[in-house]
Amino acid sequence: MLLTRDFSHYVKELDSGISHIDLAVEGVNCAGCMSKIERGLSAIPDVTLARVNLTDRRLAIEWKPGVLEPAQFIDRLAELGYKAYPFEPLRVESMEIERSKFLLRCLGVAAFGAMNVMMLSVGVWAGSDMTPVTRDFFHWLSALVALPCAAYAGQPFFQSAWQALRVRSVNMDVPITIGVILALGMSLVETINHAEHAYFDAAVMLLTFLLAGRFLDQKMRQRTRAVAGNLAALKAETATKFVSPEEISEVPIAAIRAGDIVLLRPGERCAVDGIVIEGRSEIDQSLITGETLHVHAERGTQVYAGTLNMSGTLRVRVSAAAEGTLLAEITRLLEHALQARSRYVKLADRASRLYAPVVHATALLTMLGWVALGAGWHDAIVTAIAVLIITCPCALGLAIPAVQTVAAGAMFRAGVLLNSGDAIERAAGVDTIVFDKTGTLTLPELDVVNAASVPEEVFQLAGRLALASHHPVAAAVARAAQAKAPLRDVVEQPGHGVRAIVDGVELRLGSPVFCDAERQASEILGQDPEVSVVAFSRGQERYVFAVRQLLRPDAAAAIAALRSRGISIELLSGDREAAVRHAAESLGVTVWRAGVTPADKIAHIEDLKRQGRKVMMVGDGMNDAPSLAAATVSMSPISATHLSQATADLVFLGKELAPVLAAVDYSRKAMSLMRENLWLAVGYNILAVPIAIVGLATPLIAALAMSGSSLLVMLNAMRARRVRRGFT
Amino acid sequence: MEVMVILVPLALALGLLGLLAFLWSLKTGQYDDLEGAAWRAIADDDLPPLPPAPTPPQIERG
Repeated sequence: MLLTRDFSHYVKELDSGISHIDLAVEGVNCAGCMSKIERGLSAIPDVTLARVNLTDRRLAIEWKPGVLEPAQFIDRLAELGYKAYPFEPLRVESMEIERSKFLLRCLGVAAFGAMNVMMLSVGVWAGSDMTPVTRDFFHWLSALVALPCAAYAGQPFFQSAWQALRVRSVNMDVPITIGVILALGMSLVETINHAEHAYFDAAVMLLTFLLAGRFLDQKMRQRTRAVAGNLAALKAETATKFVSPEEISEVPIAAIRAGDIVLLRPGERCAVDGIVIEGRSEIDQSLITGETLHVHAERGTQVYAGTLNMSGTLRVRVSAAAEGTLLAEITRLLEHALQARSRYVKLADRASRLYAPVVHATALLTMLGWVALGAGWHDAIVTAIAVLIITCPCALGLAIPAVQTVAAGAMFRAGVLLNSGDAIERAAGVDTIVFDKTGTLTLPELDVVNAASVPEEVFQLAGRLALASHHPVAAAVARAAQAKAPLRDVVEQPGHGVRAIVDGVELRLGSPVFCDAERQASEILGQDPEVSVVAFSRGQERYVFAVRQLLRPDAAAAIAALRSRGISIELLSGDREAAVRHAAESLGVTVWRAGVTPADKIAHIEDLKRQGRKVMMVGDGMNDAPSLAAATVSMSPISATHLSQATADLVFLGKELAPVLAAVDYSRKAMSLMRENLWLAVGYNILAVPIAIVGLATPLIAALAMSGSSLLVMLNAMRARRVRRGFT
Repeated sequence: MEVMVILVPLALALGLLGLLAFLWSLKTGQYDDLEGAAWRAIADDDLPPLPPAPTPPQIERG
């Protein structure tokens, strides 16, 4: 059979007749890598552009269509020492990029307006001997700059406020919009009437500050998306597809259609859902069900994306998603859980629901008060609008996004990616964490448990022999022995193992029967029935390796630390009781249940929520996806199935469980800072509002008060990155 | 004071020019990779290779 790699799915044809592809590249950290890659690729004839984006760790290549194939670039990069894989920017990611560009344009316009209006305003404030004509001229120029700038740069706020008002609710953008429009309108009327004060500068400055906060927030979100996109691409999920009965081609899963026939070799993870049409094998479904025992697969067996093929080669006909009973059940539960997820009201929205009526009532009372005390309507209205301007939620609008941005950045460095913006607020209140076992508390890969009981030299030799096998258990031995040099002339006996002759002695690695080590194997299995065994023989010597999924190295410490923060820990797994008990006992978790179905998991979480608990669900399997959606907040490791990752609010990277702890710590810190910032904003208003009510809020005082309070909450937000790290 | 009728609009026009330059640089993707751009500025791959260093004169020892 002929094997080719087909990446044409990712190639874009530009209008100029040039082909373009985007690659995610791993390990690009410095300027050296950048020029090495760019020069290495530009040396290929017909390549017209090779440009690395160091921020996103991506590479754009353009070439004249013809002889060049995208696979060549990936091979060239591998020669240079970089793993690369093509990717398609997700629709959400492109939308985020568009959004942050739009915000940056608005920020540029607002900053231009603020600077130039301020230049004119400072002239008015400083020029005590200025003639009224000159002052009017300056005010008119300010209006000329401020009105179009505010009309353009205010769009993000106007749109969001309009959307909120249309569904009869109030968000933070409603008071902002009202404040800006009234300030501009009043200033224009005052300018026409040759008055002394105009507040154009305040309105545009307010927009500038708020846009800066929004932009940083957006940028953080976009960066998280980019990292998540790269990680997804670098998983390089491909399937081996039959293009004709005799010819196979490695294609990205995005290019696989229902009805295609794919080849699944031993040791490969299945990338599609489908039905076996040929072959027999053992399948590891632990990523789907949490069950670590293997199931038998033969003609007619349904296989799911994410399962691991252990022993034999299979041919699978790809089915459309959600055809199987398990998958359909999970999808149904997931939809139900997503509908039932009560709409969480964000802190910012709760604050603005309180804030908007209070402020607008204060302004109204100020106006009525002035009229009652005998002032003219004009003076009363001007004072009321000054109250609105000075209370305009400059600090309030920044108080929460600034903290979120800083906290998201700090969490990003600790290995936590945020999927949803309000995840921080929800994670801060968590008092119960429900863990899944397989792939969450344990590492997704297998590891050798009894390496210490085998002589080092034998272990090395077995590892080198194991390199020749695709079987996942053998691969675990090779990985644990850190074997690099494969042995020569290795013969593989399908379904049994591999053998080779070294220095005249026969080595065998494979099933206990194949190596004649059944006695030793049954001893090991008697001690720990959950392990998989692989036997190794050298001449007359017999060894048996026990292989299993190990707990994450810091799992016990992380769980103890979470508990010391007053969080109760539970363990729910679809796996057998013995396996779950073992994990629970070694982690000191007392509340655990084994053999739980997805429906049971949801029921349990809903139960906890009814008791008033705030539940965080941490899980990776497809069977966890519905309960992830049902929990208050949810978290997945990066190795999780697509469905779980898409459902989770937070995704964590790496081999350790510490990011779960970091997520809780940073969220709690961020939440307390958000509250603090809100109180700072309230305190500022208590000081500033009386000044405005008595009519002393000149444009100069408004400008000073607004920028002062904004700086204060921004500086306070910076503290969100300072959290004591570690397990204490 | 009449000079301000010229100077102030001139100042605003210069500011506007700056804004247009910013919008142009944004549109041409110059803010897409700030980290990489920082390094590109000091990359020296646009320089011709240095001539080989002259071998130091051998000192004859008597």
